[in-house]
Amino acid sequence: MELSEHIKTANVEDVTLRRPFHPALRGTLCVTSHHLLFSDRKDEASWQLLILLKNIDAIEKRAVGSSGTITIKCKDLLVLQLEIPGMEECLNIASSIEALSSLESVTEMYPFFYRPSHLTLNGPWGLSSTEQYYKQTERLWDRWRVSTLNSDYSVCPSYPSAVIMPREVDDDKLIRSARFRQGGRFPVLSYCHHRNGMVIMRSSQPLTGANKKRCKEDELLLQAVIDGSELGYIIDLRSAQQAQQARMTGGGFESKSFYSHWKRIHRHHERGKVVQESLIKLVEACSDPSHSVDRWLSKLENSKWLSHVHSALSTAGLVVECVERDGHSVLVHGSEGTDNTLLVSSLAQLILDPASRTVTGFLCLLEREWIQAGHPFQQRCAHSAYSHARLKQECPIFLLLLDCVWQVWRQFPLALEFSEALLLRLAQEVYASNYGTFLCNSEQERCAAGVKENTHCLFQSLLRPDIEEQYLNPLYEPTDLAIWPSVHPQSLQLWTGLFLRWTEYAQNMEEAREEVWSIVKEHHEQAGPDRTNNTLSTHCDTLTPFENLMDELTIL
Amino acid sequence: MEHIRMPKVEHVRLVDRSSSRRTQVGTLYLTATHTIFVGKGSEDRNDLWVLHSLVCNVVKHKASQSGYPLLIICKNFQVIRFIIPQESDCHDVYISLSRLSRPEKYEELYCFSFNPNVDKAEREHSWDFLDLKAEYSRMGLPNKLWHVNPINREYRVCDTYPADLFVPKSVTLPVIVGSSKFRSRGRFPTLSYYCKENHATICRSSQPLSGFSARCLEDEQMLQAIMKSNPGSRFMYVVDTRPKLNAMANRAAGKGYENEDNYCNIKFQFIGIENIHVMRNSQQKLIEVSALHSPSMGEFLTGLENSDWLRHIKSIMEAGLFISKAVAEEGVSVLVHCSDGWDRTAQVCSVASVLLDPYYRTLKGLMVLIEKDWVSFGHMFSHRCGHLIGEAKEVSPVIDQFLECVWQLMEQFPCAFEYNEKFLISIHIHIYSCHYGNFICNSQKERKDLCIKEKAHSVWLHLWEKKLDFMNPLFKPDQSQNQGLLRPSTAPYCFKYWRRLYNRFDRELHPRQSELDCLMTVKEETQKLEEELALYEGVKLNFSKSGVLDSKQALWSLPLDTSLANTPQDYIGGAPNVFTLQQGERESAELCLFGDQTKSSDADNSDQESGVADFSSHSSGEESLPSEDSVKDPDSDETGPNRA
Repeated sequence: MELSEHIKTANVEDVTLRRPFHPALRGTLCVTSHHLLFSDRKDEASWQLLILLKNIDAIEKRAVGSSGTITIKCKDLLVLQLEIPGMEECLNIASSIEALSSLESVTEMYPFFYRPSHLTLNGPWGLSSTEQYYKQTERLWDRWRVSTLNSDYSVCPSYPSAVIMPREVDDDKLIRSARFRQGGRFPVLSYCHHRNGMVIMRSSQPLTGANKKRCKEDELLLQAVIDGSELGYIIDLRSAQQAQQARMTGGGFESKSFYSHWKRIHRHHERGKVVQESLIKLVEACSDPSHSVDRWLSKLENSKWLSHVHSALSTAGLVVECVERDGHSVLVHGSEGTDNTLLVSSLAQLILDPASRTVTGFLCLLEREWIQAGHPFQQRCAHSAYSHARLKQECPIFLLLLDCVWQVWRQFPLALEFSEALLLRLAQEVYASNYGTFLCNSEQERCAAGVKENTHCLFQSLLRPDIEEQYLNPLYEPTDLAIWPSVHPQSLQLWTGLFLRWTEYAQNMEEAREEVWSIVKEHHEQAGPDRTNNTLSTHCDTLTPFENLMDELTIL
Repeated sequence: MEHIRMPKVEHVRLVDRSSSRRTQVGTLYLTATHTIFVGKGSEDRNDLWVLHSLVCNVVKHKASQSGYPLLIICKNFQVIRFIIPQESDCHDVYISLSRLSRPEKYEELYCFSFNPNVDKAEREHSWDFLDLKAEYSRMGLPNKLWHVNPINREYRVCDTYPADLFVPKSVTLPVIVGSSKFRSRGRFPTLSYYCKENHATICRSSQPLSGFSARCLEDEQMLQAIMKSNPGSRFMYVVDTRPKLNAMANRAAGKGYENEDNYCNIKFQFIGIENIHVMRNSQQKLIEVSALHSPSMGEFLTGLENSDWLRHIKSIMEAGLFISKAVAEEGVSVLVHCSDGWDRTAQVCSVASVLLDPYYRTLKGLMVLIEKDWVSFGHMFSHRCGHLIGEAKEVSPVIDQFLECVWQLMEQFPCAFEYNEKFLISIHIHIYSCHYGNFICNSQKERKDLCIKEKAHSVWLHLWEKKLDFMNPLFKPDQSQNQGLLRPSTAPYCFKYWRRLYNRFDRELHPRQSELDCLMTVKEETQKLEEELALYEGVKLNFSKSGVLDSKQALWSLPLDTSLANTPQDYIGGAPNVFTLQQGERESAELCLFGDQTKSSDADNSDQESGVADFSSHSSGEESLPSEDSVKDPDSDETGPNRA
C-alpha cells in the first residue's frame, strides 16, 4: 500500500489552529505522507506550521455540530487543537494521521525521503567508528585490541561489527563468553580512564541459571580486564533479590567463587514499563496547572520520575568513584544490557571525562554508547507520554539520560560545552526526526535497511558550524576534574525546559538565556573582534585575573 | 557576662551534618555575644562564630562514645553539632548558652553592644539612608487627594501605626477617630501604595469590630472617601486575607468583616491565607524535611507536600496578584486587612507592590518596601522572630514568607530583579540576628521609646555598601515585560523549594559552579575592559594587539572554585549498610578528620574528602539479599554491615 493511499482528504480550508499561548489562527490544513502542514494564507507574511506525522503521539477527535475538533498531542509534548469544518473531512484527516504516524517499516519513514539541498548522501555517516575511536585513543593500544568477530553480527546481533577487547583474550574465548551472556552481549570496553587506565566495561547478565552454570572463558575475559590488579567492581543494576530471581529464568549474576577478584554491588533500577509509566504520569501532572500545590507535589512524587533520575545519577557517581577515586575497573550490567547499562556507563563518562563534555565529545559518546551499542531506539521510542496505545517495549531511558545530563549542567553550569538547547533538540529528534540516526534498534538493522546510504546523519548536521553555535553554552569553561553531581533530593529539580516547555514559564527562561548570551557577546566585543569563537576555551590556572592586570599596568 | 559559666572548652569536636567523617577538633569559647569555635591547627578563616541572638534552640543529646553532643539550632537554619568530652562542660555550655540565647530585655540584644567603630554622624547617616517621605513623594504623594494627617504624631490614635499616615484629604479628624475605634487595635484604613498612573491605591487596616450587626458610620465614610479618592473608579475592593471561616469566627468576639450592605460600592472578597500558627507549624515541618539525612526522592517530596509550605506561599502570591491586577488592570483601589493588619496584610500589600512597581525590584526599592510595609506599619518583628524570650505562640515566619514570595518571583522572572537571592538571604539573617536596630521591637513607637536610632545602627546602609554582592547580572530594567505589572504564573509547578535558604549550610547540596557569579564577573570584566580601552586610547600607546588579547583571555578565567568540582558526593542513598573499600584507608581518614587540606589547592573552600569512598551495597535496605539466601548461596559476595 502506497503511503498516499492513506490520505483521503489532503486539503482542508478554514481550519482553526489553537496553540498554547498564541492567538487562534485560521488557515489551510494539508496532510502529506509524512507531514501535517498548516498555513495561514494571510497576505504577504504567511505563517506555517510543519509537523512530522511521526511526532504525533495521540489524537483525539470530538464532534461539535457539523464540524469536528482534533486534538493533536505530540511526542515533544506540544498539544495542538484543530477545528475542522465538515465532519467527514475531520474524520478523514484523523484517520490519515493515525495511519501515517505509526508506520512500522523503517524505509517508509521520513528520513529516507529527506533530501535537503545543502546536504549530500555521499559523505561519511556518523562521527566515528569503533576502529577510529581505538586509533584516536592511544591509551588503549597497549592492552586492548579491536576485535571484528562480530562483523556479520552473528555473535551478538545487537553489538556493532567491531568491539574493543583485551589483547590477551582471543576471539574464540569471546564467542564462548557471548554464549554465556544474554543476547550475546559479552563484556566489552566502554571507557578507559584518561589518567589511570582503569576501564568501564558493559555487558548483559550472565546466563548462570538455576544450576549456577559457569563459563571459564567469561571468567578469563574478566580476569584479563583487571589484568592482575586485585579488584574490580561489578555494578549490577538490579537489586540482589531481582538478580537471584533472574536465575530462575536462566539469567543470573557473577558469583563470588568463580569471579574471585570481582566485587559485586547491587543497585536497584526501574526499567521498561515502569519508567514509561513514570513519564506518562509526570507529563500528565505537568499538563494540568489547575490543581493545588499539594496535588502537584504528590503527583510529581507519584510519577517517580525524579527517583529514576536520582538512581541513575547515584549509580553513575558510584561507578566514577570506583574508577576515578579508587582506581578499580568496573563492569556494569543489568539484564539485557541495552538500557540502564548504557544510561549508567554514559553518565559515568560525562562525570569523569572532560572530553565527553564538549559538543563533539558528547555526540560521540551518544553514538558510541547508544547508537552503536545497540539501544533499541525504535522499540523504546515508538510512543511517548500521550499515547493511548498499549505499551509494548516503550521506555524513555534516553530521555532519562538527557534529564540526568541536564541535572549535571544545572549543578555545573560552566562545565559542559553544550547548552540545554542541544538536550531539548535531542529529546525531540529521538522520537521524530528528519535524520536516520535514531532509526532501527541496532547496527545490524541499520545496515539491512540501508540507513547509512539513504539517510542523513543528525550528529554530523548538528556539528556544522552555523548549526552548532546555537547549542553552545556561552559560559563554557573546561575543567579537567570529575564533576561530581549532588544526588540529594534537594539538589534535583524538575527539568522545566522539557516538561514545561510549552507553558508561559518557558518564555521567561528564554529571555534569561538571551541575556546570558548578550552579556557574553558584549564581553567578546570588548575583548576584541579577533575572538569570534564563542567557546571560552581559555583556562588559566596559574594567573589570577587580578595579577594579570597588574602585569599589564607595569608594562604601561 | 554573668551568664557564662564556662568561657572555654578544649577538645571539642565540630561535626559536619552531612558526613561524620568531616569532623574538626578545636576549642569552644563563649563570649557575651558569640559562641566561637576555633579549629585546632586551622587558620582564622575556619573559625566559626555564632551570634547568640541567632540561636533558636540549644539541645543536649544522649551521650555517645566520643562525648556529649550539643546541638545549636540557629534561626538561619544552621544546625551546629558539637561533641564535648566532659559531661560537666557540656552541661555548663548548655546552661550558659540557653540563657545567652534567650535575652529577657531589649537591652541585652547584640545591636546595643555592636560598635562598628563609626562616629555619631555616620550612625545618623546610616539611619537617614532610607527616607519614607521620599518614598511617598516618589509615588506622587502628597497630592490634591491624599495628604499626611498629623493625627497619629503622638501615637495616640494607634500606637502600632507610624506617626505619619496618608489618608484622603476629604476625611475629617472625627471620621478617622471614629473609624479607628471601629477597627481592631485602632488600625484604621490608611494608604500603603499609590499608583500614580491611575490613582488607584492599596490601603490597609485591621478587621472592623462589626460583630454580627454593628456598623460605624465614620468607618463607612472612611471607605467611601478612599474610593472617591480614585476618581475614575466606581467601586473598591475590600480584601479580607483570612479564610472565611476564621473571619466568621471572629464575629462572635465582636470583630469580623465588612458587611457589603453597609458600605457603598465595595466588593468584598476573602482570600484564605492561614494564620500565624498554621504557618509556624508548616515551616517547622519544612525545616524537618530540609534536615532529613539523605532522604529518598519520595520521602523528600512527600515531606515537602505534607508541610503545606508551598501551598501557603501560593496563596499569598495569589492574593498579591489579585490586588496588583485590581490596581493595575482595573484601576480599582483595594483595602486589605486580616485580623490585626500586621501579618497577612503586610505580606499581601508588599507582594502586590513588588508585582506592581519595578522600583521594588531594585535593591533600594526592596529596602524601602520592607521599611514601609513592615517596619513602619508595626509588623511585630520581636514577637514574630522571637528576639526576646516570650510567647512561643507569637513566633511565626511571616516575613520569611514574604521574602520567599520575592524569591519565587525571581525564579520565574530571572531578568526582572536588580538583586539576587543572596540579598534576600542577607535580609533574612539580619531580621533575626539583632545585629542592627532596624527590626528590634514591635512598632515605631517602641523603637522611639527605646531610642534605637541613638543606640544602634541601621542595616540598610550596610547592605547598600555591599551591593556588588547582591546584584543580579541578568537584570534588564529596560525590557518592556519587566517594566509594568509582573504577571506570575501561579500554576503549582511554579512554586519551588528554596534550597539556598533552608539548606544554606549544606554545601554539598548546591551547584558547584554559579552561573550568576560567573556572569557578574564577566560583566565586571567587560566594564573594566571598556575603561582600559579608554585608557589605552588616552595614552595613545602603540600596543601590540596580540598582547592585549592574551591578557583578556586570561581575564576571562574566573575565580572558580574548581576544587569543589572534585568532591564526590554521597552516593550512599540512605542505605544503612555502608561499607568502606579498605579498612586501612578508613582509619587514616578518621585521623585526618577534617578533609585532606594539604592536598587541596584552596584550603579555604575545599571540601575534598580524603581518599575514601563509601558505597552502599544496595540502593535501599529492603533490597538487600535476605539472609536465608545468603546461606543458600555461600558464594554470594554481598557485603552487609557485619562484613564491613
